[in-house]
Amino acid sequence: MNDLLAARSQMALSLGFHIIYACIGMVMPFFMAVSHYAWLKTNNGIYKNLTKAWSKGVAIFFATGAVSGTMLSFELGLLWPRFMEHAGPIFGMPFSLEGTAFFIEAIALGFFLYGWDIFNRWFHWFTGVVVGISGLASGILVVAANSWMNSPSGFTFRNGQYLDIDPVKAMFNDAWFTQALHMTIAAFAATGFAVAGVHALMILRRRNIVFHQKAFTIAAIFGTLAALVQPLSGDISAKDVARRQPAKLAAMEAHFETEEAASLVIGGLPDEKNRKVDYAIKIPGLLSFLVHGNFKDEVKGLNDIPVQNHPPVLITHFAFQIMVGLGTFMMLISVIYFLVLWKKREMLFSRWLLTLFVLATPLGFIAIEAGWTVTEVGRQPWIIYGIMSTADAVTPMPGIAISFGFFAAIYLSLSVVVIYLLYRQIKMVPQLYDKPENITNKTI
Amino acid sequence: MLFIVTTYLCLGLLLYFLLGGADFGAGIVELFTSRKNRSRIRTTMYHAIGPIWEANHMWLIIAIVILFVGFPKIYTVMSIYLHIPLMIMLVGIIARGTAFVFRHYDAVKDNMQVLYNSIFEYSSIITPLFLGIIAGSAISGNINPEADKFMEAYVWSWLHWFSVAVGLFTVTLCGFLAAVFLIGEATDVYDKQRFIRKARHFNIAAVICGALVFLAAYKQEIPLLNWLFGNAVSFIALMAATVSLGLLWYLLRKGKSKILRFLAGFQVSMILLAISFSNFPDFIIIKNGTNISLWSSQATASTINALGWALVIGSIFILPALIYLIYSFQKHQINEH
Ligand code: HDD
Ligand code: HEM
Ligand code: HEM
Repeated sequence: MNDLLAARSQMALSLGFHIIYACIGMVMPFFMAVSHYAWLKTNNGIYKNLTKAWSKGVAIFFATGAVSGTMLSFELGLLWPRFMEHAGPIFGMPFSLEGTAFFIEAIALGFFLYGWDIFNRWFHWFTGVVVGISGLASGILVVAANSWMNSPSGFTFRNGQYLDIDPVKAMFNDAWFTQALHMTIAAFAATGFAVAGVHALMILRRRNIVFHQKAFTIAAIFGTLAALVQPLSGDISAKDVARRQPAKLAAMEAHFETEEAASLVIGGLPDEKNRKVDYAIKIPGLLSFLVHGNFKDEVKGLNDIPVQNHPPVLITHFAFQIMVGLGTFMMLISVIYFLVLWKKREMLFSRWLLTLFVLATPLGFIAIEAGWTVTEVGRQPWIIYGIMSTADAVTPMPGIAISFGFFAAIYLSLSVVVIYLLYRQIKMVPQLYDKPENITNKTI
Repeated sequence: MLFIVTTYLCLGLLLYFLLGGADFGAGIVELFTSRKNRSRIRTTMYHAIGPIWEANHMWLIIAIVILFVGFPKIYTVMSIYLHIPLMIMLVGIIARGTAFVFRHYDAVKDNMQVLYNSIFEYSSIITPLFLGIIAGSAISGNINPEADKFMEAYVWSWLHWFSVAVGLFTVTLCGFLAAVFLIGEATDVYDKQRFIRKARHFNIAAVICGALVFLAAYKQEIPLLNWLFGNAVSFIALMAATVSLGLLWYLLRKGKSKILRFLAGFQVSMILLAISFSNFPDFIIIKNGTNISLWSSQATASTINALGWALVIGSIFILPALIYLIYSFQKHQINEH
């Protein structure tokens, strides 16, 4: 493994790890806030227990998210010093604001976790909401930094120099809104489905049914609402990518030749050498429609882009297919859920519906990882699109493969421990939260 | 604005050293406590640092962000030539942070606790040790961008007597800060006595390691004496640290926790001031003498301005909330269940 590949893999691993914790840290506080609100309004002890049980999960995830994030802020320099030397002052604005958001999040979490029965109840509830809002803000800010790499702006690049730097313009680059919107919705969809899936499993196993039903309902409503609008936002993103990064779009769609009335390629095995896609389903004109809004216009293919600027087609295309496929599936589940919610309430906790949710538990997160692969791999060979190549950015220090192996081991063991801990949290729900006095006869 | 940004940078580093240091130190104190008393210490410690430990962590992140946005050259040179110790420190931070949370939130208290505890305790030493090594290397003049051999460029830049001595010194200072901090948190007389004893031991160890730093500096021809005694500010700071040391020993006997905390913080700040003042604004001292200073590595004015505003506006939100958090938990006993 050469140093560049090792550095890229290490970055991908760290980010792929961090994003899971980041999403949960951004979204769970909102679930907690809803359950907390329900407790304050109804005085039903189950909601209090649910809030507390969830808050322990959040504390575990927050800590893991925070340390992996700290890692990242060093890793940017450890792996990509040449990039940071020039990019830092330009795209640093969101990072410096993000610092504030994180700080507020940490303080609010301190109030929330340790503030039971100390503060005014509504103030305590409010601190939980602040955790969520500042988490969301920090997520949006980092994505703005990432979108700058896709759509660099706020400086003039002349003779290899970065002049006339405007950090505010760099932050509000062309891509920030679509990316931030899509990412935020994705976080809600993925976390909602994951949490709902776990609680659905518990209901199926007939453990603490009332508790888990309440938890399931909150998570499922958030998740399905987000999954319904996700494809819409994805469509906006795709149009945006077509405009600013035609090479990425062509790789996503495995679109080798520029053509009018371009067809949408579903599935298939891209063959980069012979520039064709085997075994694919092609729907004529649909790609033109998705990109330009009509079935005729031309869509730029990889043949119009210099070969050295082609992103890896295979990975990008596969990742895109996975994301869209899962997105469509999650949307279908959501439609079904809302139909049931609207017409057939008695089926809300039927076995088949719950089983569907159990099956969908990891899908959102897989889609998130796939989506980031599209964004990041599709940007290759650039680290700053059109300006600096990834190979020029990597650290001169040799032996990165060792560090990659080392970090892979750490992340792997951390994941194992976190999963183990959550398993134990869930297993302990009966002992911790199921005292008879907490249960009222009221169901949903 | 450059002034404001620099102030925040220094403040961030200082606070990380003091608060984060006390935080690391708590783990070190735990490690140097006999097994049968450890669980008591853990409880005390959890009450003391639980609510704010997340916030402590933030000072480092703020300093790093200021570095890579405002002074990218410093950030990149350190990232390249101190890659290895930075990595080890990061591993320490990860291990420590997660072990701390895991041991508290694991729903089942069983043998896993032993594992969490030892990870927590050892990483509490490793992290400040390498923090010190990194700081020591930055000013030791061993970083050599012209080196073409691996060892010379990436290992001897940080692995030498001086930086290791600074690392050990840092570890003892952290233990000292934590012991002094915990005196005020002790719930009974025995604990209090124990922390007072610990504070003394760590203080003695710090003095010994401080002497090692001087020896190493002498051996490597680092003009440490000149830095410390060559200018009035460093000299006065050093004197203030010495005087507060005497006062501290006197007050330790009385166990007056509030003043002690203040004095310990003051003493450590003075030591940091004394060392950094004569080099300021140089941040990294390079082998061939071309030092990298804050002024020469600063980003363009528009970036520094934006960064400055972001920091000022951020503080307006953060400070009241942070003060209220600390105040609330000083007032109420922590109640988590
Ligand atoms: C739950 C997760 C999830 C789901 C179901 C989808 N996406 Fe997505 N997608 C992401 C999660 C995601 C992401 C991980 O959040 C990305 C990576 C970067 C970003 O901003 O969002 C992303 C990126 C991303 C991009 C690249 C944006 C860029 O490079 O700037 C496009 C074009 C789409 N998505 C399109 C879609 C479409 C058409 C979907 C239809 C169903 C879809 N996504 C479902
Ligand atoms: C958390 C979600 C993210 C994931 C899962 C992710 C994933 C990846 C992947 C897979 C790569 C490797 C691409 C390749 O080399 O083929 C990569 C590279 C990289 N990413 Fe991201 N990314 C994320 C967000 C970000 C953000 C927010 C930033 C910075 C602000 C960022 C900065 C980088 C950099 C600097 C590289 C290395 C250079 C490169 O390969 O172009 N990423 N990331
Ligand atoms: C799209 C990618 C990213 C998203 C959505 C994201 C979001 C978040 C969120 C929500 C948190 C709070 C942790 C929690 O609540 O569990 C967090 C933590 C953190 N992230 Fe990321 N992040 C991303 C990528 C990055 C990158 C590239 C960096 C490094 C430059 C970074 C640096 C940090 C740091 C330093 C923390 C810890 C802050 C703390 O102590 O609270 N993140 N991130």
